[in-house]
Amino acid sequence: MLTELALYSDRLYMAAAGVYVLAMVLHGIEYAAERAAKPVLVAAGEGDLLNAPEPEPAKPRGERSGRMAVSLVALGAGLQFVSIVLRGFAAQRWPLGNMYEFVSAFTLAAVVTWLVMLRRTPTMRPVGLFVLFPVIVLLFLGGTVLYAPAAPVMPALQSYWLVIHVTTITVSSGLLLVPGVASLLFLLRRSGRLPEFAEKLPSADVLDRLAYRVTIIGFPLYTFAVIAGAIWAEAAWGRFWGWDPKETIAFVAWVVYAAYLHARATAGWRAERAAWINVLGLAVMIFNLFFINMVVAGLHSYAGLPG
Amino acid sequence: MVTQTPTRPPGNADPRASGPRLAWIVLRNGWRSLTSMRTALVLLFLLAVAALPGALLPQRSLNQTLVDSYFTQYPTIAPILDKLDFFDVFASPWFAAIYLLLMISLVGCVLPRAWEHLKGVRARPVAVPTNLGRLPHHAGFTLDMDVDEAATRIRTRLKGWRRTETGTSAVTFSAEKGYLREAGNLVFHLSLIGLLLGFAAGKLYGYEGQVIVQAGGGQFCNTGILGYDSFRAGLRVDGTNLVPFCVKVDTFDATYLPNGQASSFDATIGYQSEADLDAGATAWQPFPLAVNNPLRLDGDRVYLQGHGYAPRFTVTFPDGQQRTGQTQWNPVDPTTLLSQGATKFARPGVTDEAQRKATGLAITGLLAPTSSGGTVVTSVFPELRDPEVAIDVLRGDLGLDDGRGQSIFEVDQSKIDSGALKRVERVNLVPGRSTTLDDGTIVRFDGVAPWVNLQVSHDPGQDYVLVFAVLLLLGLFTSLTIRRRRFWARLTPLTGDDGVKRTVVEIGGLARTDRAGYGEEFDRLQADLRQNDRES
Repeated sequence: MLTELALYSDRLYMAAAGVYVLAMVLHGIEYAAERAAKPVLVAAGEGDLLNAPEPEPAKPRGERSGRMAVSLVALGAGLQFVSIVLRGFAAQRWPLGNMYEFVSAFTLAAVVTWLVMLRRTPTMRPVGLFVLFPVIVLLFLGGTVLYAPAAPVMPALQSYWLVIHVTTITVSSGLLLVPGVASLLFLLRRSGRLPEFAEKLPSADVLDRLAYRVTIIGFPLYTFAVIAGAIWAEAAWGRFWGWDPKETIAFVAWVVYAAYLHARATAGWRAERAAWINVLGLAVMIFNLFFINMVVAGLHSYAGLPG
Repeated sequence: MVTQTPTRPPGNADPRASGPRLAWIVLRNGWRSLTSMRTALVLLFLLAVAALPGALLPQRSLNQTLVDSYFTQYPTIAPILDKLDFFDVFASPWFAAIYLLLMISLVGCVLPRAWEHLKGVRARPVAVPTNLGRLPHHAGFTLDMDVDEAATRIRTRLKGWRRTETGTSAVTFSAEKGYLREAGNLVFHLSLIGLLLGFAAGKLYGYEGQVIVQAGGGQFCNTGILGYDSFRAGLRVDGTNLVPFCVKVDTFDATYLPNGQASSFDATIGYQSEADLDAGATAWQPFPLAVNNPLRLDGDRVYLQGHGYAPRFTVTFPDGQQRTGQTQWNPVDPTTLLSQGATKFARPGVTDEAQRKATGLAITGLLAPTSSGGTVVTSVFPELRDPEVAIDVLRGDLGLDDGRGQSIFEVDQSKIDSGALKRVERVNLVPGRSTTLDDGTIVRFDGVAPWVNLQVSHDPGQDYVLVFAVLLLLGLFTSLTIRRRRFWARLTPLTGDDGVKRTVVEIGGLARTDRAGYGEEFDRLQADLRQNDRES
């Protein structure tokens, strides 16, 4: 029974990945079909740009693929959610016990964040292509290199703090993926490079706001997650903070995001430099997820990988 | 982009500067640049970069063995890195310099802001700009009511805003909201300082000690550093004033999955707290010690950190005297708990020094909790299912009288090299089996008992750290979610040709903080004010 549940969970994981790939293809078609929007003249101070009317309707074909892509992403997120729930039942514990499960929840959080932001600002839809790309790459790595069968976790992980700490870390990491992508696109848009390609993106301002709005939710949640981790470490390892490699890089990421928020309030740093810092923040988070768990030995080596 | 109306007063630079005044200006400018946001940003980056080697290079505080192997692997670069404290990043002066500068910069930035904020809270909202149409959010409309009614409507809607009203030629409103944002910001930054102080207190007055205690009644008392196998003292801890308490380990149970992964570690222990000891109590208070469930006494915590096995050997000497030894062996393979160790015996009743040196006995080798069987003993499972030892029995000078400390897990290799300690037997034994040495001494393997590795931690700063961490989080959340925003309205009476009294309403809004989006709220405000039905 349990092994069957685990099997269904794995199949749904693969199905979700497949649906995302299809959605990305449709987003690609939408992107190719869309004419580069002419720079829309918006009078300075013309209200909240996020709520500005859609600049120019795309061609029907592109429009249709775009809409279908979004529906598929929602479907994929649903499948992935069920996959995670079944995994929890199969392993009879909270489904965040190894890196495979972490990657699955992390990408789901990113996708859901994206869908929520898209709902608020439908004009951002072309960004979907670029959110899906890292999600699919991560899902592929999760399903192959990082895969671990459903099993109980070691005693150090058997705590309700796993639910609190790892869930919030996962959700906040997933949230912060979206601003990282948005800031990268913002930089591309501002640099004036690849004009054919970049001009189909939403305006730099929309991208910048997307990055900022999600970061100010992700960052406090991440802070909470780190504090919860410290409380757990006090109960499990005998100290709340010990500069374990994972803790150290989590600290570095925290400082980088703090720098981002400060840069937003510093003259001369608001635009490009702040965006670079945000991209750096995402890079540090991903480095912490992969490199520290798989290469550096530390207390957080719960990858569940052979060897 | 949101731009603020420049309302800054003109600079008050004094061109006639000389002597002490110049020094003052230099000092002031130095302080200003240290406390500027740009400097804070640079320091934040430095902090992030400086912490990186702490994760990428082995650290002494975490694992001395890894540091040593780094030295053998990179013999040229390691000493240089060591000189620069790269193996003790978080205790290095340069790391401390960065965070201390950052803290000073923070204080210098935050305290004046706190003062400004206090003044700002008391101040009246800024008067209505002449041209509301130039604000990032603005609108104009006409209401079918007179000015008084319109003013009442605005007053009702602006409940909770700090506001002022004027009514000369036209009624105007100035309102501001979101003062808590700055308060949250201040709480966040001040909590950071508190957190750092709590952390420092822990490093000064805290300690951490490890001790191995055998299950089945082994005891440990926290009376001094010497009782520990290893002890890390805080800078102001000399080990004389430890809080006394005792623990006794009754049982230890580990369960494993079929693949050898541990699924639970549980120890039942008894303890006597300082109060119990003072009262002269002899009973032990029971406690289920487990991973994630430490014993918390007043200020000290006891953790279950590891476990291993201690084989028990009984040696019967040719004269019939018996000695039993049970020393913990070191688990060298964490997955199968194959253990290595040395159990040492001195022959009883021998007082002559030369004789003592000739008759010491050491049993060294491997212990497999679940033996593979066969002649070469290896362990296939970490649980104690089918134990077997593969031992060398050594006789001669163990060096126990040399006055030098030696590892409990090994014999002194130099004694073997010099020939003072010789191997007299090599054999595999299962529990209950024994071997007879050339001089008639019988060595029997009796069985195996588990031991646990306990850690005692003491950190008087950690409660403060937790309090400040929670405050920090609340401050951060407040400062990022609350928006500081201003709202203005100007009401001008208008009497139309039909004689109906109407009011022309101009409104404007400005978010004083980052682009967190004031637009939606402003639109709602506008919609509420425009409503046709009289009161809602």
